[in-house]
Amino acid sequence: MRKHILLAGGILAALLLTRNIWVMLTGLPDEAFQGAIFRIIFFHVPAAFTCFLCFLASLIAGLAYLKTRNLNYDAFGVAVTEVGLAFGAVNLLTGMIWARIIWGIWWTWDWRLTSMLICWLLYAGYLVLRRAIEEPTERARMSAVMSILNFSVVPFVFFSIKWFRTQHPQPVLFGDGKMDAGYRAMLYGNWVPLLIVAAIFITIRFVQEKQQREIDALRREAHMI
Amino acid sequence: MNDAAARNFTYLAYGLITAWAILLIYAMTLAARGRSLARQLDNVKRMMEDREKK
Repeated sequence: MRKHILLAGGILAALLLTRNIWVMLTGLPDEAFQGAIFRIIFFHVPAAFTCFLCFLASLIAGLAYLKTRNLNYDAFGVAVTEVGLAFGAVNLLTGMIWARIIWGIWWTWDWRLTSMLICWLLYAGYLVLRRAIEEPTERARMSAVMSILNFSVVPFVFFSIKWFRTQHPQPVLFGDGKMDAGYRAMLYGNWVPLLIVAAIFITIRFVQEKQQREIDALRREAHMI
Repeated sequence: MNDAAARNFTYLAYGLITAWAILLIYAMTLAARGRSLARQLDNVKRMMEDREKK
């Protein structure tokens, strides 16, 4: 049953993404100053939103684990962190490609770019930490603490363009900037299939993490026989 | 289409391909991990059966 739901979700997301790419290439006009490359925002920004949402879920999972000591929260935490990192990579790389055209450079040590990279590396460190600790409860405890600490960087990344002088474009959704209604509809419209993809990835990864724990327990049991 | 506009479109294509490629690579790592888990489960089951026989 779960497989069918995941498959249906995957097909729906693929259809929506294909339809969105078709509309953004043929139905939406070029942005006046940036031209065609502007359309990268329809992946860049929803990927960032998805990434931060995953990191928020990781924070909640960490807090829930420390309160309940239920290892399912640990499995959920690693699932959302991993998926958040994938979407964070989409955000960083699409941003670099946009920057190459608009700024003429692939990268600059700007507040927003640098803070996002540091945030991404911190969450990647969470996955490295997990590999370094073998004992499951100790691993879960340390991971929960690290995911809580890591989240402190997320508001800094989000508000860095307001707090500091930066060459990154100012927010066009929640700030003083404005965005054409058609562009805004496409931006949110493309976030929906990306969220579906993220939910599918998280579900699969969550189940895999639980399976891995069960296999490890069986292995220990086998050694005791 | 002039050179700048063509370059603009080329880089847009790079961006879209990159976004899809990252998600595809992650999906492939999930599939690989799923296969590895199935193998591990088989091995553990076999190990348990062997030990119980002894």
